[in-house]
Amino acid sequence: MAQMTMIQAITDALRTELKNDENVMIFGEDVGKNGGVFRATEGLQAEFGEERVFDTPLAESAIGGMAVGLALEGFRPVPEIQFFGFVYEVMDAISGQLARLRYRSGGTQNAPVTIRAPFGGGVHTPELHADSLEGLMAQQPGLKVVIPSNPYDAKGLLISAIRDNDPVIYLEHMKLYRSFREEVPEEEYTVELGKAAVKREGTDVTLIAYGAMVQASMKAAEELEKNNVSAEVIDLRTVSPIDLDTVLASVKKTGRVVVVQEAQRQAGIAAHLISEIQERAILHLEAPVMRVAAPDTVFAFSQAEEVWLPNHNDIVEKANEVINF
Amino acid sequence: MKRTLEGIEEQFEMFQILNEDGEVVNEEALPDLSDEELKELMHRMVYTRILDQRSIALNRQGRLGFYAPTAGQEASQLGTHFALEKEDFILPGYRDVPQLIWHGLPLYQAFLFSRGHFHGNQFPEGVNALSPQIIIGAQYTQAAGVALGMKRRGKKSVAITYTGDGGTSQGDFYEGMNFAGAYDAPAIFIVQNNQFAISVPREKQTKAKTLAQKAVAVGIPGIVVDGMDVLAVYAATKEARERAINGEGPTLIETLTYRYGPHTMAGDDPTRYRTEDMDTEWEKQDPLVRFRKYLEAKGLWSEEEENKVIDQAKEEIKAAIKEADNYPKMKVSDLINNMYEVLPSNLEEQLEVYKEKESK
Repeated sequence: MAQMTMIQAITDALRTELKNDENVMIFGEDVGKNGGVFRATEGLQAEFGEERVFDTPLAESAIGGMAVGLALEGFRPVPEIQFFGFVYEVMDAISGQLARLRYRSGGTQNAPVTIRAPFGGGVHTPELHADSLEGLMAQQPGLKVVIPSNPYDAKGLLISAIRDNDPVIYLEHMKLYRSFREEVPEEEYTVELGKAAVKREGTDVTLIAYGAMVQASMKAAEELEKNNVSAEVIDLRTVSPIDLDTVLASVKKTGRVVVVQEAQRQAGIAAHLISEIQERAILHLEAPVMRVAAPDTVFAFSQAEEVWLPNHNDIVEKANEVINF
Repeated sequence: MKRTLEGIEEQFEMFQILNEDGEVVNEEALPDLSDEELKELMHRMVYTRILDQRSIALNRQGRLGFYAPTAGQEASQLGTHFALEKEDFILPGYRDVPQLIWHGLPLYQAFLFSRGHFHGNQFPEGVNALSPQIIIGAQYTQAAGVALGMKRRGKKSVAITYTGDGGTSQGDFYEGMNFAGAYDAPAIFIVQNNQFAISVPREKQTKAKTLAQKAVAVGIPGIVVDGMDVLAVYAATKEARERAINGEGPTLIETLTYRYGPHTMAGDDPTRYRTEDMDTEWEKQDPLVRFRKYLEAKGLWSEEEENKVIDQAKEEIKAAIKEADNYPKMKVSDLINNMYEVLPSNLEEQLEVYKEKESK
């Protein structure tokens, strides 16, 4: 075991898969010699060579197109989009092409591609770096969308993502990259895609979150505990498909739910999740399922992040609203 | 300092071997093709012309769906393809079904593609290609990836991809060529300039005098070829392939060609934007006419042989349509099963629902 930050756990997963499978290829803008703008690929080109870990020209669309082409030649591409706000440049390659390859070929071709990209607020980035756009990806059949919230999950989920024979969007929250360390096994292990984790058991209200909102929910749960409210916290880990079994088991136990996301209220995946809960567990609900989300504006100018991004206070407030409904 | 475009155009003069009378005008560029190969090329062009005529008729009868006519582009489509090997990978646009057929896609599957059946895209093992790309430009960036993959594998093969004149305005067109250039990847980029993107004439796409000169922007060779001259198209592609497999990187080839039919069979009416004079002018350039003259002068082709090809094509088309008719209908459960290797929970649930419906 070693104490790792999330970014170190990600590098460790990439190194593990480069070693395990000669078809794994990492490419993107500045991921080679530079080791990535966040050092996620630090040392990998030196260790595995320029044929395995390499820089690309500055063009997201072609990075996505190349991933399709390399997959057709039997490679297992792990491209990087420098910041997920730049996904608009490569929407066709991801949603119009990668996600559909297996289906459109009637199962005769497939795209074992993992697209890594940082996102997330709280670190005062410039425009279109921090936007939460997982909701766009979650609406595309053919993709899986994974968002780890801690170093242990980050490594296990990334290894699973790379080994998956269908495209996976793997989103890394920038605020979580180095915010804390955790014990991470040095050997290889996997965390199953499409499986949520109960981070904290509780009986009064279920807080369902992902990404940076998991920590905020844990903090909120501690606050609620002070007032004798027992909150259960679920980390979705995969936002498409959602692990409804874990969610529904908790909902049936507590009867009250708050879904927490950093994305704007009209974005993210909360609305879909709430819809599933009401279709499947309405008779277990003591109160409406409510949402904590950002305002429906464009992502905040960096100096406004603090007042704009959802935080643990918003979660406590919403949980109390649900409890006192 | 005054900047001018002088000197650019001279670098992109049209490469031609056969003139419209079927006479060799560029002896030294004449490709080394055997009599049998020359006849095979003619066979394929005639067959494809018939395929186009029958496809239009079948579409009108409602027995085919989406269809983008190919008549006029036989030299461009089949001349480029004839320069390929089996191991080369084709990334076609939506009009490039003939290349797939001659690369090994069974005709009935091409018809199923037209109708909208997934089996049409289930290419047999060893047919190295993607199904026709509907998103104009996407095939270009993907070709860069296939080509880089081939290079990394140490293969002596190429990725070839096709777009039209309108497609050269897309960002992916530039990006795909630029990536392939930056990696010296073995790709051949074909622009079939058939003068129109639906109703928009090529002049409205760009002020550039040729489309081949767009290669300059990415630092790769570009060439304009008479796209109605199958020998010139073949020779240019063959040379690009040689360069590619020798590690010298990609080439852009612009073929000057014409589509005699509408853009697609989905209601496009070319009389709204094309003049009769223009059609007549390009019909004089017909790739079949000039190659027929060339072969007849060499004593390699006769009306009898041509009729044999026509009969064979009609018969095979009839059989293929029948085979397509007899292919099982699609079920939602098929579509679900083609989505992922391992179905996620939502689809597992939906699969059960549809299996139940389908069992009734």
